[in-house]
Amino acid sequence: MRLPVTYSLLIVAVTVVCNLAERWLPFLLLRGREVPPLLHYVGGILPMAVMTTLVFYCVRDVSFACAGGWLPQAIAVGVTAALHLWRRSTLLSIAGGTACYMLLVQAVF
Amino acid sequence: MKKTFLDSFRRSIPVMVGYFPLGVAWGILMQKLGYNALWSLLCSVSVFGGSVQYLMLDFFAAGAALSTVAVTVLLLGSRHIFYGITFLEKFRSFGPWQWLLAFLLVDEVYSLDCSGERGEGIDEKWSFLFTGALCWSYWVGFTVLGGLAGELIRFDTTGIEFVMTALFVVILIERLKSDPSALPAGIAAVSCIGCLALIGPDGFLLPSLLITVAGLVLARPVLEPRPPEKEAK
Repeated sequence: MRLPVTYSLLIVAVTVVCNLAERWLPFLLLRGREVPPLLHYVGGILPMAVMTTLVFYCVRDVSFACAGGWLPQAIAVGVTAALHLWRRSTLLSIAGGTACYMLLVQAVF
Repeated sequence: MKKTFLDSFRRSIPVMVGYFPLGVAWGILMQKLGYNALWSLLCSVSVFGGSVQYLMLDFFAAGAALSTVAVTVLLLGSRHIFYGITFLEKFRSFGPWQWLLAFLLVDEVYSLDCSGERGEGIDEKWSFLFTGALCWSYWVGFTVLGGLAGELIRFDTTGIEFVMTALFVVILIERLKSDPSALPAGIAAVSCIGCLALIGPDGFLLPSLLITVAGLVLARPVLEPRPPEKEAK
């Protein structure tokens, strides 16, 4: 531990406050007030857009310089999607896609 | 109640698998910086956020200025504001529980909360609470485990982090099947690809989300369901 205990605790405290402030922000701002129609619309339409963004976030570090930099992700996403469209069992799709990815990065690429 | 708990547990299994390598690795890194399992416990209980906690490692290693800590955490965590908006009305209807539920709304919990309808005999409030609390407890448990016994865990988990990608892919497919329009996914994809190309992988997330929200607002006349009397033609 390079930092004094007090300073380490201060880092934790500042992180907690900033973190909580953001997670609570919409609830604090609109406390006791009607949710404006625009915000109601955005909230309802967001899940699909956020899920798309999170998928891109997960694969943000792919590199197209060599096949090993993007092909395992592409194949595994394809396998996950195909399994899900076929059997529609969440756990099966996730387990199958992940096993495929682990196999590809550990044994093939 | 038992049924609700089991349903939440079943939903949360992929998150448990994904948190295992992420959490243990974080606990080990904390240990290497000289912060024992008690510190891991403190951070994971009070912060509960993978990406933010990985940043904290840099803060501890570098002795970052508190202003830097604040700005970096606010920037990285800004996506949570959008998550809150989705569940604003729902969580508010649960009274004081809204504060706990809003705190627990990390990427993975948001995704699970967005995935599909809850079935017969499932209490919605407790379903949200169990899902969030289970994910929280996995995170706390694995990070503490990493601090205590991380060096003892030796099996090749390379690639297991894909479980989160797979979870998001599956929930995206579910949304594409159930929502009336795929346009929000299209807008988000274009925005992500554009921001990744222009800004690169490190800072693309917030600009991309802002552009996506702007795009969704512009597309409101197309996307928002019209009042029933106008639809009947």
